[in-house]
Amino acid sequence: MSASMLNPAKEAKPAATRATGAGSTSGISPGWLLPAVYFLILLLVALVWFRFLEFSPKDTPKTLGIIGIAILCSGSCSLLGCYLVLRRMSLIGDAISHAVLPGIAIAFFFTGQPYGIGIMLGAMALGMLTSFLTQSLHSLGKVSEDASMGVVFTSLFALGVILIQLWGPRAHLDADCVLYGDILYTWDRRVLLLGHYVPRALLSLVPAAILTVGFIVLLWKELKIVSFDPALAAAMGIKVWVVHYLLMGMVAGVTVASFESVGSILVVAMLIVPAAAAGLLTDRLREMLAWSLVIAAHSAIFGYLSATALNTSVAGMMAVFAGVQFGGAVLLAPRHGLLSRWLRNLGLSIRIASEDIIGQLYRDEEAAKTAIPAHRGSPPSGLIGLLSRLSLRRKGLLESGLSGPSLTSQGRTAARNIVRAHRLWESFLEANFDLPPDHLHEPAERMEHFLDPDLQQQLDQQLAGRQIDPQGKVIPQGEETTGP
Amino acid sequence: MIEQLLAYNTIVVLLGVSILGAGAGLVGSFAVLRKRALTGDAVAHAALPGVCAAFLILGQRNLSFMLLGALASGVLGIIIISALCRWTRVREDAAIGIVLSVFPGLGFALSRIIQNVVTSGSKAGLESFILGKTAGMTRPDVYLILAASLFCLAVVLVLYKEFKVVAFDIGFARSLGWPVYWVDLLLMSLIAVAVVIGLPAVGIIMMAALLILPGAAARFWTDSLGWLLFIAGAFGLVTGLIGTVFSAMFSMLPAGPIIVLTGSVIFLISMLFGVRRGAIARLLEHRRFQRDYNQRQLLLASYDVASRTGHSQVSAADLLARKSWSPQQVNRLIANAAGSGLVERTQPAEFRFTPAGLTRAVEVTRGLRLWEELLTEYPELAGSVANLASESVDQYVEPTIVADLTARLKAQSRWPELPSEAAI
Repeated sequence: MSASMLNPAKEAKPAATRATGAGSTSGISPGWLLPAVYFLILLLVALVWFRFLEFSPKDTPKTLGIIGIAILCSGSCSLLGCYLVLRRMSLIGDAISHAVLPGIAIAFFFTGQPYGIGIMLGAMALGMLTSFLTQSLHSLGKVSEDASMGVVFTSLFALGVILIQLWGPRAHLDADCVLYGDILYTWDRRVLLLGHYVPRALLSLVPAAILTVGFIVLLWKELKIVSFDPALAAAMGIKVWVVHYLLMGMVAGVTVASFESVGSILVVAMLIVPAAAAGLLTDRLREMLAWSLVIAAHSAIFGYLSATALNTSVAGMMAVFAGVQFGGAVLLAPRHGLLSRWLRNLGLSIRIASEDIIGQLYRDEEAAKTAIPAHRGSPPSGLIGLLSRLSLRRKGLLESGLSGPSLTSQGRTAARNIVRAHRLWESFLEANFDLPPDHLHEPAERMEHFLDPDLQQQLDQQLAGRQIDPQGKVIPQGEETTGP
Repeated sequence: MIEQLLAYNTIVVLLGVSILGAGAGLVGSFAVLRKRALTGDAVAHAALPGVCAAFLILGQRNLSFMLLGALASGVLGIIIISALCRWTRVREDAAIGIVLSVFPGLGFALSRIIQNVVTSGSKAGLESFILGKTAGMTRPDVYLILAASLFCLAVVLVLYKEFKVVAFDIGFARSLGWPVYWVDLLLMSLIAVAVVIGLPAVGIIMMAALLILPGAAARFWTDSLGWLLFIAGAFGLVTGLIGTVFSAMFSMLPAGPIIVLTGSVIFLISMLFGVRRGAIARLLEHRRFQRDYNQRQLLLASYDVASRTGHSQVSAADLLARKSWSPQQVNRLIANAAGSGLVERTQPAEFRFTPAGLTRAVEVTRGLRLWEELLTEYPELAGSVANLASESVDQYVEPTIVADLTARLKAQSRWPELPSEAAI
């Protein structure tokens, strides 16, 4: 009997907190709408900024083109990054972006071109190899996973730098370009394609973006299950390792396509930061992808604009803006942000403090009538105390009497409920647990704030209508008013 | 004259990089043990904006001030990582990744601004922080590296016990009431110190390698922390020495990558030949165990056959009927056992125990019966001690329990008698 009673009582607290949590955030969940609105507002700011910078009209297509290229690479990176972040593999993205270097160098050695499909394939192969080597060092060499990743990617990167130094100088493939990229030249480096001169970067970025979207759409279900529950995926017959290596290959491909624009170190920023920020903003995969795209696009736009204004590195400023937006998400995210969590905690503190105040007043009134001395807790003080008194007055539960604040009749009903919950819980503890009498008050003091009328009723039935609590005080009745 | 200068320079670089390697290997071992290898990488990346900010504030190149800036922003990076993990739902990998990428982004932006502000010549110091430039090392740099490495060594020696417990069993450290968070932060700060003094010499990415490679390589050679630290320091030293010599030989190649590749080669060699955990050592160990295990199985089966039939002769056919061995396998096992002097062949397909073999077979059989009895009589113990691959229960349970099990077996007359005892 007591066990069956215990369960609902134990669940009462999470249920109550969940209810308050939902209350404070219920206004903010329009799904797709929010990213779109955010995007439009920031776009507006960007347009205003754009006007102020006063580009000569001749430069406008170039500027837009460069921003387009930036959005293309940051967007593709951020989409794949979501899956990396969800799978807790952000750092393999970092590792791959460094380790593809020898792949590029080798492919360049054979094709003689510092761009195009050969480089892509070389990089994808190295990306998968990185993941494979990390895995084998971990399982065969018994090296911990992070150390094996560090060993593999630093070694491959060093090899890549040396190969590029050896073979690179003949055709504009230098370590600097691979490290930082230079997006400002991407619009002007043209190659002939179907009778038009098109920016060379687009030749790798457009296929990379299409491949990324295709990859995510085609493998939507598989990727989702593998990201959230690999064990379930394996049980369902999905080849987890195939999905894993495909993802690694995609990351490597997109990374290398973005090299020319943002460089190897900052590709990592686009892989991880928008996805991590998006993860704070939502709990749904679709929305996370949408948010990460929006954040990536904004990093591109504002990174470019601020870099032009300050005459500095575009890729660097893109990373900085991604970081700024991530910082914003950490502070302001609707459910998981620090601010909203702080407000939620504050709200709960005020509710508890208010209930303590009116409970105390009720006990004082009772003590005056029955001459049994009331329990005296210290009244809530400081800011929380002030705020809770204000909120009590605003709700009409408290009024100013002759000797300090006193309860209104509405306040008295509320206070009676609190005291009733307190004494019911004390009685319940005494009846069902072997606790010494002086250990009953503390838990009841906490529990009184989380017992809703339903639970109070159940407790009352359990106690078979018991009237007196362990301290010998009357348990006040619930809704119906008792005579004076 | 020029040759002399060159030699002097080379010696300076040689000393500097080797001491740096030793210091980084020492503190890097803790990062590897603590599974924080990539945090070192993040610190190296996070140091960049500090360098640039120091440059901007001072308006000129001043190494010690820049290193101070690097240390400050590196430690800030560490604090951000731990704060993100602690206060938000961002996981550690993403937190490291964010610091790893946003900080250098800021650094690049700042360094480009510096290039615009400062006229050419004095900006050269910044570039070297990214890829490293060992050739530019001077005598004061070496003194700085030496001082910082000695400082790290001193802290490690003083707080050896604390670091050891935090690295291997952080839960235990917490239960002792230690300020684990601060010990951890101190450890990470030591890593930041090593990273920061190494940045101008080998650059951001290579610095991570100097931290990780020696510690990870040393792990293959020993299981004791003291030796691990010593070996890791030695590996770092050797990496620096050989790497510098090679990079002096191939002067058109950047020094950092060559040093890293030297470290990778040492790592590979350790992974193959390391005496504790190296691939070959583990393979040999595995082989040895398998051989031993198979021999025990042969003795068990043969003893069983012999005691059932009452003959001293055992034929290969009996064993084949009993075990899932192939004829060739049985033949090989018999040959091995004969080689060890445990059995002797009487006919091509038959053999019998030698006196030594019989004694051994009885021992092994006793061991197995004791295990069987333990698992049936003390199932609650079995879960925690059972290691069926091991020969006897003696080292896993109390002597009183062994005595009890022996008594039970004797009562069931399942206790094989040694030939010497049987004779008496």
